[in-house]
Amino acid sequence: MSETLKVPTMAEYMAQGKQPEVLFWVGCAGSFDDRAKKITKAFVKLLNRANVEFAVLGTEESCTGDPAKRSGNEFLFQMQAVTNIEVLNAYEVKKIVTACPHCFNTLKNEYPSLGGDYKVMHHTQFLKTLLDEGRLTIEGGKFKGKRITFHDPCYLGRANNVYEAPRDLIRKLDAELVEMKSCKSRGLCCGAGGAQMFKEPEKGDKDVNVERTEQALETKPDIIAAGCPFCNTMMTDGIKSKDKEGDVAIMDIAELIANAQDL
Amino acid sequence: MEYLPNILFAIILVFGIGYFVKNISNLRRNIKLGHDVDVSDNKPQRWKNMAMIALGQSKMVKRPIAGFLHIIVYVGFVIINFEVLEIIIDGLIGTHRIFSSLGSFYGFLIASFEILAVLVFVAVIIFWIRRNVIKLKRFWNQEMTSWPKNDANYILYFEMALMTLFLVMNATDIPFQEMNSGNIISQFIAPLFEGLSESTVHLIERSAWWLHIVGILIFLNYLYFSKHLHILLAFPNTYYGSVKPKGQLDNLEAVTKEVKMMMDPSIDPFAAPEPGTENNVPAKFGASDVQDLNWVQLLNAYTCTECGRCTSECPANQTGKQLSPRKIMMDTRDRLEEVGKNIDANKGEFKDDGKQLLDYYITREELWACTSCNACVEACPVSIDPLSIIIDMRRYLVMEQSAAPTELNNMMTNIENNGAPWPYNQMDRLNWKDE
Repeated sequence: MSETLKVPTMAEYMAQGKQPEVLFWVGCAGSFDDRAKKITKAFVKLLNRANVEFAVLGTEESCTGDPAKRSGNEFLFQMQAVTNIEVLNAYEVKKIVTACPHCFNTLKNEYPSLGGDYKVMHHTQFLKTLLDEGRLTIEGGKFKGKRITFHDPCYLGRANNVYEAPRDLIRKLDAELVEMKSCKSRGLCCGAGGAQMFKEPEKGDKDVNVERTEQALETKPDIIAAGCPFCNTMMTDGIKSKDKEGDVAIMDIAELIANAQDL
Repeated sequence: MEYLPNILFAIILVFGIGYFVKNISNLRRNIKLGHDVDVSDNKPQRWKNMAMIALGQSKMVKRPIAGFLHIIVYVGFVIINFEVLEIIIDGLIGTHRIFSSLGSFYGFLIASFEILAVLVFVAVIIFWIRRNVIKLKRFWNQEMTSWPKNDANYILYFEMALMTLFLVMNATDIPFQEMNSGNIISQFIAPLFEGLSESTVHLIERSAWWLHIVGILIFLNYLYFSKHLHILLAFPNTYYGSVKPKGQLDNLEAVTKEVKMMMDPSIDPFAAPEPGTENNVPAKFGASDVQDLNWVQLLNAYTCTECGRCTSECPANQTGKQLSPRKIMMDTRDRLEEVGKNIDANKGEFKDDGKQLLDYYITREELWACTSCNACVEACPVSIDPLSIIIDMRRYLVMEQSAAPTELNNMMTNIENNGAPWPYNQMDRLNWKDE
């Protein structure tokens, strides 16, 4: 249904002399990773449905620098940050929404002291606002009675204390929200943070994503909900390693809501 | 000769407190080896953190059993200090229970101390059982052998002994028992000494009294050599702990300067340095030794009481990797102590000993296993931040040594070349729209 997606760029808005309500920061995973691209599209469908005037940077977007910073490469991080801030400030961006908690954390917390001060929201927070304002409605029928457990992304939860927005959205689906034994501030990492996504793990007894997947499976879920493209990948791999991919779906919150709307 | 006990008491007190003060100044000196960091922001939040986390034990009770037992021991120790004040005054001027003139209020106070003493004793026994009989996993990680293991038990034995001495002291205090006010527990211990002569009972009372106060002074001086320093340092540590979102790492200013220069076309990269700055050594990026850390990180290391909550929450440790956030803190303190002793031995100057925190204490394998998930930071009951040390050491490895794992180097090369951690062209960033 790609022809129905409206994805204007900041450059197009600028050419018309207009300013969008919000910039959608797609992020590298959301732009290039096949699984994450589906999340990006689901979120765009919801933005379109709610008639949100948003724009993306498109080819002017570049990595926030998060994995470089967490690897210890402060130079590369700051080069990325300063370049991105130049672009964002040139477009006079005030408000950013992103579906990636790593981008969210970096833009929100680490850009201000380098000259980039924006109101930054995670897409679950943004979707919740749309619902609260009545710009978007959820019909929960499709997920009625389904057991959904939410895996807290570290960079949304512990790092920035956002625990309730994603849960509020799941509750609105009339689904049964079931919590894992370690959740919220004690949620176990999926294993991808701190640039682990891009390397093999150190020697140990087990992979972190498998441990976390086992915790999720203990809740006997129909769906494991995620709010981060990297968690999504790690949990999907975990489910595969347990041969459960036919029984349990890993879905982003944006996908759940878009799905409920038959978008 | 009648003043002999008072003089002896004063000498013991002066030595006990003097040695402690000397060690504390050593500790301050060591902490100040770290470089400076601005902690002047958000003072109201800092006071609140200290009040809630240290004074109010808000993080301890996240684990209810240990939290509850710890509150008993904590309250017991804080409140029983009133009794210590009385002992000191009695000891110095030769009175006996000088505060007993407070009458029934004194009885109330001593009764509450006696109850607390019993509760502390029981709590400490349970702690000992958890550690040595039930063998909770976090007390038996590989860094918890030899001294750290013994240290933990010595502290428990100390507390048992001090509480016992306090109760025996009260039970054998004949005038106090005759007063029959406040001896709520000790009246049941007193019958144990019934068959003995009055002078023997008095001798036991005096011995318990002396051992109690000398024990307290020894314990006070033991702190500096022990993980038990947290009873003092938890307060400054929670005050100076981060008041920023946990996800926020600091942006290195030295790097910002260089990046701005690189991005500013009007700056001449080949310009001669400003007069007077020719010999300035460029700042070292990241940390390979304790002097490269900031003083809050070093304070963190002295504050750590090795409870292991961080390690038990660490995803890397849970899945059998070498990384243990507690070990990061213990290593930092051990190395800092070593550097401190080196300075003492070399007349105030650090002599290169061919060692450093990196590799000699903390291995690269540990550092690269971290997912930066902040579980350790969240778990710490006294606001210690092991993650900041891990990141600073990674910074050293990457920016000073170019020693990142190959896969991470590939990732970083991709970011440099195409603005994404994978080898995709930046010009393809919006292709998803039409797929």
